[in-house]
Amino acid sequence: MKVALRDIRKYFGQVKANDGISLVLESGQIYGLLGENGAGKSTLMKILSGYHQPDSGQIELDDKDVKFSSPAEALANGVGMIYQDPLDVPSMRAVENYLLGRDLRINLAYSAATSEMIENASQLGFKIDPQAFIDTLSIGERQQLELLRLLALGAEVLILDEPTTGISAEQKEGLFASIRKLAKESGKTVILVSHKLSEVQELCDHVLVLCKGKFVGEVDIPCSTERLVQMMFKEIPPRSSRVSYLREKNLLELSQVEFEGERLAVTGINLTVRAGEVFGLAGLEGSGQKLLLQACAGLIQPKRGKIILDGEDVTRFSYHQMRAASVAYLPAGRLEEGLVAGLSLIEHVALARPQKGFVVDWNYFERITQSQIDKYQIVGRPETLVHELSGGNQQRALFALLRSPLKLLLLEHPTRGLDVLSAQWIWQLLLNRVEEGSSILYYSADLDELVERSDRIAAFSGGVMSRIVTATETTADELGHLIGGEE
Amino acid sequence: MNDSELVRILSSIVLQSTPLAIAVCGETITERAGVVNLSLDGTMLLSAMVGFVAGLLSKSVWVGFLAAAGVGALFAFIIAFGSIRLRKDQFAVGFVLTLLGDELSAFLGQNYTRIPGQKVSHLGIPLLKDIPILGPMFFDHDLVVYFTFILVGVTWWWMFRTQHGLRLRSAGERPEAGFVRGINVNRLRYIYTLVGGSLVGIAGAAYSLDIKLGWSEGHTRGLGWIALAIVIFGGWSPIRGAFGALLFGASKALAAALQRRFPEESVVVFNATPWVLMIAVLLLVGSDATDRLIALVPRRFQSRLRQLLRVRPPGALGTLFIPGEAGGE
Repeated sequence: MKVALRDIRKYFGQVKANDGISLVLESGQIYGLLGENGAGKSTLMKILSGYHQPDSGQIELDDKDVKFSSPAEALANGVGMIYQDPLDVPSMRAVENYLLGRDLRINLAYSAATSEMIENASQLGFKIDPQAFIDTLSIGERQQLELLRLLALGAEVLILDEPTTGISAEQKEGLFASIRKLAKESGKTVILVSHKLSEVQELCDHVLVLCKGKFVGEVDIPCSTERLVQMMFKEIPPRSSRVSYLREKNLLELSQVEFEGERLAVTGINLTVRAGEVFGLAGLEGSGQKLLLQACAGLIQPKRGKIILDGEDVTRFSYHQMRAASVAYLPAGRLEEGLVAGLSLIEHVALARPQKGFVVDWNYFERITQSQIDKYQIVGRPETLVHELSGGNQQRALFALLRSPLKLLLLEHPTRGLDVLSAQWIWQLLLNRVEEGSSILYYSADLDELVERSDRIAAFSGGVMSRIVTATETTADELGHLIGGEE
Repeated sequence: MNDSELVRILSSIVLQSTPLAIAVCGETITERAGVVNLSLDGTMLLSAMVGFVAGLLSKSVWVGFLAAAGVGALFAFIIAFGSIRLRKDQFAVGFVLTLLGDELSAFLGQNYTRIPGQKVSHLGIPLLKDIPILGPMFFDHDLVVYFTFILVGVTWWWMFRTQHGLRLRSAGERPEAGFVRGINVNRLRYIYTLVGGSLVGIAGAAYSLDIKLGWSEGHTRGLGWIALAIVIFGGWSPIRGAFGALLFGASKALAAALQRRFPEESVVVFNATPWVLMIAVLLLVGSDATDRLIALVPRRFQSRLRQLLRVRPPGALGTLFIPGEAGGE
């Protein structure tokens, strides 16, 4: 199906999210939609998928004017979207989810739907148990289910929003293969919204670039990464020079440490992090790397082994003791675990820095907050509520709240969801810490980030830690193998 | 205790449990759609009173039930309108309605206390009632009891076997997901809150017109809270909820039997037994212990057992749904 967007405008108050965007998308082609945070990608896709209505402009499908008042109406016209967090009902079975909103008969034909689902799934090479509950499936499987559902409902245009976040490499291969098949054999129009340039280059035929609400250019793949970045940002972000602040002293030593999570046991961890070292952990979600950070943060107690921090045995330390020992832990869920939604920046600062006395001196904290806002370049005011900040600014706020000096900084996905410049900025902040002598132990799903930023890297696979590699001597390729559990 | 006495006790447990089962069913429907109607205690009191008086004045129990359902629907509407349209906290509104219903029933019903009124007439089902034990237990009652059986069955079928049920559950579990599938979540929530509230009203009248005849101040006080607890206990399933109501009735009967056995003990001790039982089951069924138990069972039964034992509340219970804001950003 041919899609034409004509002069689409969508303003949110002062913000021109889409400022006159015109695009034409041909059927059978895979398009990558690129742009930094706030460039207007998601707004544009939400307009195309019926979530938002444009303030002005037209959408044409196969040269016919259409207007959508809801996502369901868009889908009825052939436009379906797969959201980053699949929009399904976790407590239902896969087949129920497949039928929801679709089969309008009162008494549902479960067995027919089940066999139809299995058949459609096998055509795309997916394996899903129709009787499985959604909340027992992985994100990748839920995406597959959504894809099946959209196709069954006659989607001709498929929008995928950051589809590879949180899925395994194998599932990614499967997803990409099925997308290629759908585009090339069934003539679907596919739009991939992504931050990951390598994936765009791997999958797409063309790249469309948005910048500040405007369409700034289109290139055919293959095309160099530098060119793409240049189009997105108008400048290539400086590659950080890999200055190492490694010191001789061992800061953190784990020997034969064993611990258990809800679904996973991790055994035999031997790891030494030196002062001033940036140590990266690779691995698929849930392979044990998060548990390791939690063990180092005192959130879970090791069953066996020893953890030494700066010469002190901290094996049995609680989270608060670890905190007192200058260990900081920044979890991935910024709003869920790191910040208190509903409290302002100034209240966060007051919480993070206990003062003497019973009554809070708000003037004092306002001054401190303002200085932190300036220092960390947070777009917001002291009284701004944290959940109103953008993701990048929330991340900055978390850093602004960290105490100084710190011995050990534990980070999960430090730059997930941030654009290249914000990520660069965050790493600059982190390197300043390292320069002061802090060590960083972090994990990330972004292999390029791991290779670029770390001194040494280890990978986790099914609760087992791989050998440790030196970042300057490894490649994303080698890490990929380690993550897969190969030596 | 001989057989006939046991059968008589079992039969009375079934009878005594019906209003509670109706209320539980109604609230289960409401909560499955994502709305909490906390006003059950007040709604039941007011509808018991209104149902009794309407029945008395019209000389028809059915008019009484209809009026009671209207009261229940009205309270439910206030909650739905307050939370969906005005975006007010449904727990706060429900709680205040509880108090309002209590006081209002006492005030409006003060001239009708302790006087005889209408009663639902007994109607044994021919043939079925002659089945040994089961007959007297289930089929030698009145229309309210049979209505309850049908209600529970139909509600379960509606929820888990029909497209309407899928939609109902999606509204309570993940309204965003329903929305992208073309479901008008807030309209569904209005409808099911009203349906649930009407059933709670009928439950109130089932007391004053049938199970606990007549009206006096605070006639059904406390039973609404019990119904709310049984909804949770029943894991938001109409059938398990009905069993919860039966279990509660049985433990009440057990308490009465114990009381007869040990007359010297204080009655308060025995009245606490249902609660002890209920809290024990609640703590056990909702805990990790069940997950561990399920893990021991052969894999192909796990999913079924999981559904049987699951007591997770609907994912979006008590939350607002604003279509434009769904899906983030």
